[in-house]
Amino acid sequence: MAVMVEAPAPATAEVTDRARRERRMGLMLSAPAFVVMVFVTAYPLIYAVVLSLYNYRLTDPAGKEFVGLGNYATVLTDPVWWTDFSTTLLITVFSVAVELVLGFAFAFVMYRILRGRSLVRTAILVPYGIITVVSAYIWRFAFQLDSGFVNQWFGLGDYNFFGNRWSSLFVIVLSEIWKTTPFISLLLLAGLVQVPEELQEAARVDGATAWQRLKRVTLPNMKAAIMVALLFRTLDAWRIFDNPFIMTVGANKTETLSFLAYRQNVTLVNLGAGSAVSVLLFLTVVVIAFIFVKGFRTDLSQVRGDR
Amino acid sequence: MAGRKASNWWTVWGLLILLWALFPLLWMVSLSFKNPDTFRSVEPTFFPQVWVWDNYKTVFTDSLFTSALRNSVFIALIATFLAVVIAMFAAYAIARMDYPGKKFLLSMALAIAMFPQAALVGPLFNMWRSLGIYDTWLGLIIPYLTFALPLSIWTMSAFFRQIPWEMEQAAQVDGATAWQAFRKVIVPLAAPGVFTTAILTFFFCWNEFLLAISLTSTDRARTVPAALSFFTGASQFQSPITYIMAASVVVTIPVVILVLIFQRRIMAGLTAGAVKG
Repeated sequence: MAVMVEAPAPATAEVTDRARRERRMGLMLSAPAFVVMVFVTAYPLIYAVVLSLYNYRLTDPAGKEFVGLGNYATVLTDPVWWTDFSTTLLITVFSVAVELVLGFAFAFVMYRILRGRSLVRTAILVPYGIITVVSAYIWRFAFQLDSGFVNQWFGLGDYNFFGNRWSSLFVIVLSEIWKTTPFISLLLLAGLVQVPEELQEAARVDGATAWQRLKRVTLPNMKAAIMVALLFRTLDAWRIFDNPFIMTVGANKTETLSFLAYRQNVTLVNLGAGSAVSVLLFLTVVVIAFIFVKGFRTDLSQVRGDR
Repeated sequence: MAGRKASNWWTVWGLLILLWALFPLLWMVSLSFKNPDTFRSVEPTFFPQVWVWDNYKTVFTDSLFTSALRNSVFIALIATFLAVVIAMFAAYAIARMDYPGKKFLLSMALAIAMFPQAALVGPLFNMWRSLGIYDTWLGLIIPYLTFALPLSIWTMSAFFRQIPWEMEQAAQVDGATAWQAFRKVIVPLAAPGVFTTAILTFFFCWNEFLLAISLTSTDRARTVPAALSFFTGASQFQSPITYIMAASVVVTIPVVILVLIFQRRIMAGLTAGAVKG
């Protein structure tokens, strides 16, 4: 976050009185948003931390007992957690990497295109707005043996894409890429527009090739925007749930961490171990955000709303 | 002309993007018009052999879908309305005032935008059942409101910053009352930003799936994405694939209409709320 520089307040009584009124007003206007956000996130999270210290199944409420960090040991020594962790990591790395490249290409086209500009910009918003579940079904049915056209078009015969882990992950990642590349490309376009035109011009005059201009002028000037877009998309991909749930129901080791949290808590109503998964999932998100902010020096003041 | 040639190339690339974005929709529409009894085959085709309306008829007579549509529309609209109103106050304060806690509120919104919703399904499931709002509209509206607030606050404060607030004083100097100045000068300037925020928030509520299947159990509050995942065919001998696609077409239409009408605003809103322009 950017450091805010407070203007030194003039010491006249009238102004301080106005400043005080403004302060009270500002707090009052922010209070409802603050209360709603705390009530639904901070409180349930603390509740999850407490629950995670107990052995507690809804099907056996009488058997509730304090087990300390036992649930965490159970979850972290279970291969399921690590399988789901690796699945989540694979999906995140592949989808974000491809989206970054593809998003750049799209941003460049939208930046340069003259004829058909608004048509392209309109079309690209459709995948962004479409329901994720619908997108997951569309791609699933396209690859499914009894309904899909993909095998016919590419001469793959009766290859079953949902038959093993890697091909299932391929389809999941494909659906994810189709749905979310527009978002990242729009963010990159916003960054692209900000690169000063005179810098490009100066580089051109100095005889820089297009590739050099991209590497030395465009990218360095977009670094902050790229990092913010990356952070948001990485965390978004890390929380992926809809695609694996709809496409594979977690078969062939395609279950993700969000899916595991859902299954433990809602399907199996195993609230003790489920809450441990919830807390661990939360911690993984904190670690990723931390790596971005400290490790990659992502400047979050790039995010609007902060002055 | 080298310039003309280059510009044509960009248009060709643009057409490829167009194809990439719209092709899956074509597939969805095509599948939704296939005959539910006979569409499955060893070598499926892209387009239907015979175009039939059966799937759409089934969808609109299926109470599971019609109730889900009703739930979705109301839950999304109410949550959007509340989120936009609450965020409007906060964004106004952020854009116009200096007060302690402003940075904290923004950091908190940022943290919640990154929050893994899946970490809350357990505790919320438990809390909602003891509060008696499990499987109700309210039970979904509350968390939707929460997770839509960061987006709403950012987008709106970004828009509100661009408003020339001094016009309000100018109007008052010209003899307007404070209320008149606000209503005649500020409201028209702020309205587009508020409206854009509402569209983005609506998209979020319309699309949400994880909380929708975790906090509902019957058609009393089940939304469209959740209902889609429970769809079965007209009879147990039929595959539900073509119905799911017909229902998908129906719920994609509002999204496409919003995008077509408000393309410019949505673009502005997405980028304004996310990265400094």
